[in-house]
Amino acid sequence: MADHNMNAAAYWSANLRYISISLFVWALVSYGFAILLRPMLAGISVGGTDLGFWFAQQGSIITFIAIIFIYAWKMNKLDKEFGVEE
Amino acid sequence: MSQFAINLIFVGASFALYIGIAIWARAGSTKEFYVAGGGVNPVTNGMATAADWMSAASFISMAGLIAAGGYANSTFLMGWTGGYVLLAMLLAPYLRKFGKFTVPDFIGDRFYSRGARLTAVVCLIIMSVTYVIGQMTGAGVAFSRFLEVSSSTGIWIAAGVVFVYAVFGGMKGITYTQVAQYVVLIIAYTIPAVFISLQLTNNPIPMFGMFSTHVESGQPLLVKLDEIVRELGFQDYTADVSNKLNMVLFTLSLMIGTAGLPHVIIRFFTVPKVADARWSAGWTLVFIALLYLTAPAVASMARLNLLTTIYPAGPTADAINYAERPDWIKNWEQTGLIRWEDKNNDGRIQLYNDTPAFAAKAEERGWAGNELTVNNDILVLANPEIANLPGWVVGLIAAGGIAAALSTAAGLLLAISSAISHDLIKNIINPQISEKGEMLAARISMAGAILLATYLGLNPPGFAAQVVALAFGIAAATLFPALMMGIFSKRVSSQGAIAGMLAGLLVTLLYIFTYLGWFFIPGTNMLPNTADNWILGISPLSFGAVGAMINFVVAFAVSSVTAAPPKEIQELVESVRYPKGAGAAVDH
Repeated sequence: MADHNMNAAAYWSANLRYISISLFVWALVSYGFAILLRPMLAGISVGGTDLGFWFAQQGSIITFIAIIFIYAWKMNKLDKEFGVEE
Repeated sequence: MSQFAINLIFVGASFALYIGIAIWARAGSTKEFYVAGGGVNPVTNGMATAADWMSAASFISMAGLIAAGGYANSTFLMGWTGGYVLLAMLLAPYLRKFGKFTVPDFIGDRFYSRGARLTAVVCLIIMSVTYVIGQMTGAGVAFSRFLEVSSSTGIWIAAGVVFVYAVFGGMKGITYTQVAQYVVLIIAYTIPAVFISLQLTNNPIPMFGMFSTHVESGQPLLVKLDEIVRELGFQDYTADVSNKLNMVLFTLSLMIGTAGLPHVIIRFFTVPKVADARWSAGWTLVFIALLYLTAPAVASMARLNLLTTIYPAGPTADAINYAERPDWIKNWEQTGLIRWEDKNNDGRIQLYNDTPAFAAKAEERGWAGNELTVNNDILVLANPEIANLPGWVVGLIAAGGIAAALSTAAGLLLAISSAISHDLIKNIINPQISEKGEMLAARISMAGAILLATYLGLNPPGFAAQVVALAFGIAAATLFPALMMGIFSKRVSSQGAIAGMLAGLLVTLLYIFTYLGWFFIPGTNMLPNTADNWILGISPLSFGAVGAMINFVVAFAVSSVTAAPPKEIQELVESVRYPKGAGAAVDH
């Protein structure tokens, strides 16, 4: 039982670690590249405008999709490692 | 064949399809009525959720908003997609594991309190009712433009169709009609965009066309667009914004608000497993992105098309003669959504940004004011005509606009009716009600919700236009924090959660009413709704994110001075965190 609880705690902290990394990337591309850091990225041009504009209108959405699929893949693997999958 | 007949065939065929699905997918139990039996494939659910989510506003209005605001309105693109990342990691899998029927179900059980359940029901009803009115009026507008009926008749027809599949099929009927509606709306949105992208840039994929070369001028499309709008006194399309705090908070409010919308959350209750809920969130965003990545392209290309139509020889030369205007302008003038007034009596259509900064230049050119008013909403609807596409594409747009409105309306109506029949009737008023009795209550609540939505669609109250403030603001300030704390903290108590939700709700409403008027009654606002009056430059529409922070702080503060949740509640929290069985509390 003690073992089991330790496993459960390890599973949950691994999940929280994946969530933190994912949210960091989520915030970096939208609030970072697309809004606050846009002036710093102004030198990188993309199709007639700058990288920040591209992240604001397309890049962040594409990154969001990647984040969700990577998270789902990692978590479903984690479920199996800890034997908690349905 | 006349355009009217073509539109009638497209809309009629799509309705026949929805009703056919309704007959096939009747609900036989409350589990089927509330969560489609819980056996929906994650990809299918992703498609249904995309249609559930993409409303008349996404389909009709969003491209117009971006066309008008350029970079500044990218907030809608990021805000209305980024919420799915939060849903996928912070809410959907755990709420699916919890395995009940409604959002207030979780809040009521986790915070072991009828008061918490009731607070959640009230918030849910305010935001969903506000949201559904826009869908009914959106369907009415689409009907009146394409099927030559009054918009009131359009609303009644829309209500009748939703009635058939929502009352009989519940979530089961709604799920499969939403899949069909997704297919209709994405085809309708994409086809005109592909043709316009080909015409302007030779690139068949609009999301790439937008960043490639404008064939006629040989310049990048966005450079060309910036040049034209600058010449006419508008801000550059790609110009940066100065108030970044507000832009961040507005985007964050839309993201948190999206994740907290009950009609979106309950869609994730329909998949078989926790792992499926995670995949399904990803598929949802893929299907949403097909439209959301095309929208900014439609926006920039439509703006460019409009301006080159008005200034055929470039913005420095004379504008077009009113007598020579293209047919699509004539068509839309009849709806009142495009209006022309010849202020300088030269018979030409001057379209420019009529500001003091531009006054000298306007006078030099003999202009006496901006003469053309174009409603943002027509950009998507008029796209096929602007690009000279055949009549069947116009018919497709008509069916697509109506599909977008109906699919979202049905999802909202289910969220409202299940909160009434399941949370109020079954869990608060009459817990002894039988399965059969609850099923009947669910159908009657659905019928009642449709009638209410129809009535409010026909007589829209002042708050109907405040979907962003009311629905997203309240979802962000109340439900999202309560749900998240319920999963990620074992310490937040019932008193803490209720105090947090009420504080978030009241402060957010207070801030909104201060600038937009008490209960949105014009003239009752205490401060003018302009940027220099906003606290720290935060718009009332961006306040949901601040409301969410207030909710978190109050909930933790109150919880720290009240008793910890009982042991069985802490075990419930444990159990939703692990996909299998009852989690650590049970020895497997």
